[in-house]
Amino acid sequence: MSSGLRAGLPYGLASLLLGFSFGVLARPVMGPVAAIVMSVIVFAGSAQFAALAVLSAGGGAAAAIVAGALLNLRFVPMGIAIAPSLRGRSLGRALRGQALVDASWALANRGAGRFDIPFLLGSTLAQYPGWVLGTVLGVAAGGVIGNPDTFGLDAIFPAFFLGLLAAELRRPGARAVSALGAAIAIVLTPVAPAGLPIVAAALAATLGLRR
Amino acid sequence: MTATVWITVGGLCVVTAAIKAFGPLAFGGRELPSVLARVIPLLAPALLTALVITETFGTDHRSLVIDARAGGVAVAGVAIARRWPLPVVILLAAGTTAALRALT
Repeated sequence: MSSGLRAGLPYGLASLLLGFSFGVLARPVMGPVAAIVMSVIVFAGSAQFAALAVLSAGGGAAAAIVAGALLNLRFVPMGIAIAPSLRGRSLGRALRGQALVDASWALANRGAGRFDIPFLLGSTLAQYPGWVLGTVLGVAAGGVIGNPDTFGLDAIFPAFFLGLLAAELRRPGARAVSALGAAIAIVLTPVAPAGLPIVAAALAATLGLRR
Repeated sequence: MTATVWITVGGLCVVTAAIKAFGPLAFGGRELPSVLARVIPLLAPALLTALVITETFGTDHRSLVIDARAGGVAVAGVAIARRWPLPVVILLAAGTTAALRALT
């Protein structure tokens, strides 16, 4: 777990910056307390941003929850992927599943369908405080700094995923899957609700059946 | 508005927990069928590619645009190819994007 904690630290810094950005944007829409509570109990960056976007546009709770849930649906295939590596009772497995976040999942991937679960838990443990503390700081600083996009904070997420992707592309067959996933995401983005193109892109992994 | 906000927070918490628990509960502790075992290792490149694309080019209203983020992510790509550390990569991405926005 401690090796996961160390590996997760740079991602904890990224989470701090993203959480800050969320706090700044969420405060005027949700109020300071709800913004912080959301980061504490939901802990899912892209889903929180999606729900916030719906609320800022004047949408209702159901629409906001659906938008967030769509972005989180990628944790279904990710959860199935780590499942064989999880031992023990179902409650314990479900609880450890809560540690699923993108970076930890990618970092804990040992190839051939195996995942290092203690490593995954450690890596998430390094990121959670960053996300929550960042949100608190963003809520506190919100009125002062204006729009966090001025500082380019919205480019952190894609840069961070690109770094994870670069490591994945070394696996056999990964480049073709990546190209097909890109095509699916590009074609569906103009026509499908946010989040669905990402989930649909997971279908590109079925190229693995050719071998 | 207050009720809407709290229902959203509570609802998204429950839904997220259920989504994250699904795989571990349904498939936990045993080997996956061989069909899934061939597909699962390739989920990471598929999902990460889609995340890079939607976060770089996506907007709040179902469209794709090339804006300052694309410049920041392109610089990040160069830094990643040179194997620079991740905190450097993300700070470069943010800095480049901020500079492009300030200039335009």
